[in-house]
Amino acid sequence: MIQRKLLSQSLKIATLIGLFSFVACSHEENAQKNTVDASTIPVTGEIEAELTSPPFVPASVGNRSAKKLIVNMEILEEEGEMTDGVKYIYWTFGGSVPGSFIRTRVGDEVEFTLKNHPENKLPHNIDLHAVTGPGGGAASSFVAPGHEVTFSFKTLNPGLYVYHCATAPVGMHIANGMYGLILVEPEGGLPKVDKEYYIMQGDFYTKGANGQPGLQPFDMQKAVDEDADYVVFNGKVGALTGDNALTAKVGETVRLFVGNGGPNLVSSFHVIGEIFDRVNVEGGSTINKNVQTTLIPSGGAAIVEFKVDVPGTFIIVDHSIFRAFNKGALGMIKVEGEDNKRLYSGKQTEGIYNPEGGSIQSMPGNNEVTAPKANSVAERIELGKQIYSQTCFACHQGEGQGIASAFPPLANSDYLNADVDRAINIVLHGKTGEITVNGDKYNSVMTAQTLSDEEVANVLTFVYNSWGNNKTEVTPTMVLKAKSSH
Amino acid sequence: MIRLIILLASVLLSLAGRSQGPTEMKKINGGTFVPLYGSDSSGVFVDDYMLDIYPVTNQQFLDFLKTHPKWKRSKVKRLFADGNYLIKWENDSTLGDKVNPNSAATSISWYAAKDYCACQGKRLASMDEWEYAAMASETKANAQTDSIFNLMIIESYELPKTYKKEIGSTYKNYWGIYDLHGLVWEWTSDFNSVLISGESRQDVDTERSLFCGSAAINASNLMDYAAFMRYAFRGSLKANYAIQTLGFRCAKSN
Repeated sequence: MIQRKLLSQSLKIATLIGLFSFVACSHEENAQKNTVDASTIPVTGEIEAELTSPPFVPASVGNRSAKKLIVNMEILEEEGEMTDGVKYIYWTFGGSVPGSFIRTRVGDEVEFTLKNHPENKLPHNIDLHAVTGPGGGAASSFVAPGHEVTFSFKTLNPGLYVYHCATAPVGMHIANGMYGLILVEPEGGLPKVDKEYYIMQGDFYTKGANGQPGLQPFDMQKAVDEDADYVVFNGKVGALTGDNALTAKVGETVRLFVGNGGPNLVSSFHVIGEIFDRVNVEGGSTINKNVQTTLIPSGGAAIVEFKVDVPGTFIIVDHSIFRAFNKGALGMIKVEGEDNKRLYSGKQTEGIYNPEGGSIQSMPGNNEVTAPKANSVAERIELGKQIYSQTCFACHQGEGQGIASAFPPLANSDYLNADVDRAINIVLHGKTGEITVNGDKYNSVMTAQTLSDEEVANVLTFVYNSWGNNKTEVTPTMVLKAKSSH
Repeated sequence: MIRLIILLASVLLSLAGRSQGPTEMKKINGGTFVPLYGSDSSGVFVDDYMLDIYPVTNQQFLDFLKTHPKWKRSKVKRLFADGNYLIKWENDSTLGDKVNPNSAATSISWYAAKDYCACQGKRLASMDEWEYAAMASETKANAQTDSIFNLMIIESYELPKTYKKEIGSTYKNYWGIYDLHGLVWEWTSDFNSVLISGESRQDVDTERSLFCGSAAINASNLMDYAAFMRYAFRGSLKANYAIQTLGFRCAKSN
């Protein structure tokens, strides 16, 4: 018994010694890396901070010395558009969601003035995760409508940080858009890149379901249940698609400052067709390389960098993928320039794949299963509906409404109704390039569908006989004709 | 339809007429209730009292200034009203185009509001009195658990520019009082007696009572969210603040 006790004690001591030596080591390492104590960096001179609305960021700090940095930020409660036809009252830092981007360097003394517009109804404040101090500044920045407060802080730790409002009820203030990013660059600034952009994800909770038009009030119950109606980049559906897409040229290095305001959901940030060369994990100093998808916590951030090698449209998504295709978490980077066939060939050959050899095989004893044939328009619609829900639904959506700026609507579609042969051809052969549907431009890809003539006829008849379209019946003969005309 | 228009017109006319004199009052029958900062075991008792059925209007406040010139914008001391005091008025004696005479008087400091009521032999309602009257919906004296009523309140807090609406344009509650939610915030005599520091998460440490309030927040008690916004707003105020969305009404002990 005594022996055992002794043994355990000596083990403990050994562990302690081990711990101490480990601690000592890591101290030394830190001391080597971090020779300057940021709190002692002197400031010289004074400048007003350049603030930018998303997706833009201010110029890098470059080689400038630490300075007194004046930041003036105004809080506005104002109506905005969540998606086409859906309005929402946003609460904003600087009139945008996310709020204005603040760029500082380590050692700066930031003099922060927060102004609450007189027309606003509520008091607000700001909690900057870059601040070392109680509440991240929240306690010092509580401000009534029609007033302003000023407080100062010194930036001690380089990194990308979220700021947000922390006035009760905190969740509601964040859910209405009160968040943004503040970057603290290391001395000398971040390495130079060709393009820098500012993206922030947020989840929104509206009284009406996704897409229900009109002014939609905030739904506290859904927020508590974490049942988001919209998950979007930069405050609204389509903030980064179509004409608002980010741009770059082949060969350029793109750096994205990505934040997640929440209030609830964690982002699986991914760019389709790209691999992040470098990621500042969680916005801190750890660099991870060759990352496909990076996790961004609510109230957290990451810096991702990648070189764009081939032209095309690259889709930015939250890879919790239903959020991307059904709730709005979709953005685009359009890359222009010369093809590089060595890196990406595009489609080279297309052929028939028959696992059992060249000729059609049939299992012995099985009767041939024939696809059902429609005998009337009503049957055609019924069969077409099934095909629609298997094949078309994911992009064109349940009511044919499509997804704004990504997939054109089939409901009440001028483009569809104008030309039935064109519609048949698109189903048979796919479609790429810009088209205008009901006044909106779309530029994405629909692949060729592998459907029989009968199935093409059925699904198109269903579409033409739904959602206010012109009730055309498409027959297999018409499909065959369209095929033959090529 | 025509009847409705006539009815509306007559209501508006009568409002315009009434706005010259003191506002009618209705009696609130006292009782106990649990405010945000209380817990289930510690209710607050509110005595019977009288409350103005409308907020004080711009026209009424303009009339008040004729007899009490020390509260005119050009004369008022900064100690008692900040630079936003009556800021939208054209001048000391004219409301001008931007100010509707029949809307609630806003951009008025606590001192001015208190004096206005005192000059009529009235006073500002205490926070408990105000909260007690304001928890009544159209049909119930205590609608704290009525989710539809509470949603209506939260939605009205989000809607911008409601201070521009005319008095009497929202709803009449159980006691016959109009516009307690949906138009403007209202001064209470002891608005700063519950301290919300502005760092709402810190309050759970500093204010034991508020900790109970925040602990009570769950999916079944949405009332607290609306109340939190009110208490947070009050916590951001100082007595000389004049705010575009903050008006007042008067009360009287029974």
